[in-house]
Amino acid sequence: MRRFRRNIIILMVSKMVAPYIMLFAFYVIFHGHLSPGGGFQGGTLLSAAILLMRLTAGIKLGERQFKRILGTPLGSLGVLIYFGVGFLALLWGGEFLNYAYLPFGLTPEKLRYLGILLVEIGVGIAVAAILVSIYDDLLEHNNE
Amino acid sequence: MWPLSIKRPGGVPIKVIIAFFLLIFCGLLIYVSATLPLRGDSLAPMHRDQSAVGSPGASAYYIRNAFRDTATPNMVTAILADYRGYDTLGEETVILTAGLICYLLLRKKER
Repeated sequence: MRRFRRNIIILMVSKMVAPYIMLFAFYVIFHGHLSPGGGFQGGTLLSAAILLMRLTAGIKLGERQFKRILGTPLGSLGVLIYFGVGFLALLWGGEFLNYAYLPFGLTPEKLRYLGILLVEIGVGIAVAAILVSIYDDLLEHNNE
Repeated sequence: MWPLSIKRPGGVPIKVIIAFFLLIFCGLLIYVSATLPLRGDSLAPMHRDQSAVGSPGASAYYIRNAFRDTATPNMVTAILADYRGYDTLGEETVILTAGLICYLLLRKKER
């Protein structure tokens, strides 16, 4: 098995690049209404930024950014956000996932706009957390 | 089933049979792809208001009403997260399930 060795040049470069990848991920998630993008793509980019730090700095330093134990709970939280939006519409008199019935006091079109945004945030959180979690599961203590 | 590398006693090897059927299937797909409608063709069957049996078509409705219903300029997002919300919910559940199964199979128990 190959030992993990930290390379200072790669570490510095990825330390500079990773925040911008993360920023672009948030742009892709929140700008999904206007341009190509959305929860799945933004979540993948977000996990790419986190995994870049894990690959270059190792799991010890990477855990300061995103704890290993957080993977599956955050994934469940994302799915819960999606379900919660659907059930909120259900409780306020509409059908499941009919965002026009969300209780925020806007016109139906704006409510649908808001519902799509909330759902995309949920998808983004879930995808990012689950991808990081799968990476951690595959690695599992081999990395110092 | 016969293993792929072993020659069947007194017959054509099974690899040859598989290759033969794959070639036929490939030719069939190429032949069909020549008759597909062009992209953006408004007369294509899937873009018509009514299908051949008279049921209403979905895509014409989406193109006309997506912005009016959801105030979202990106029609793909509107369809993905609003009209087809159940589908996206299922996709997200699939991803969560994949993550949980990786967790259950691969993570070592810490005693």
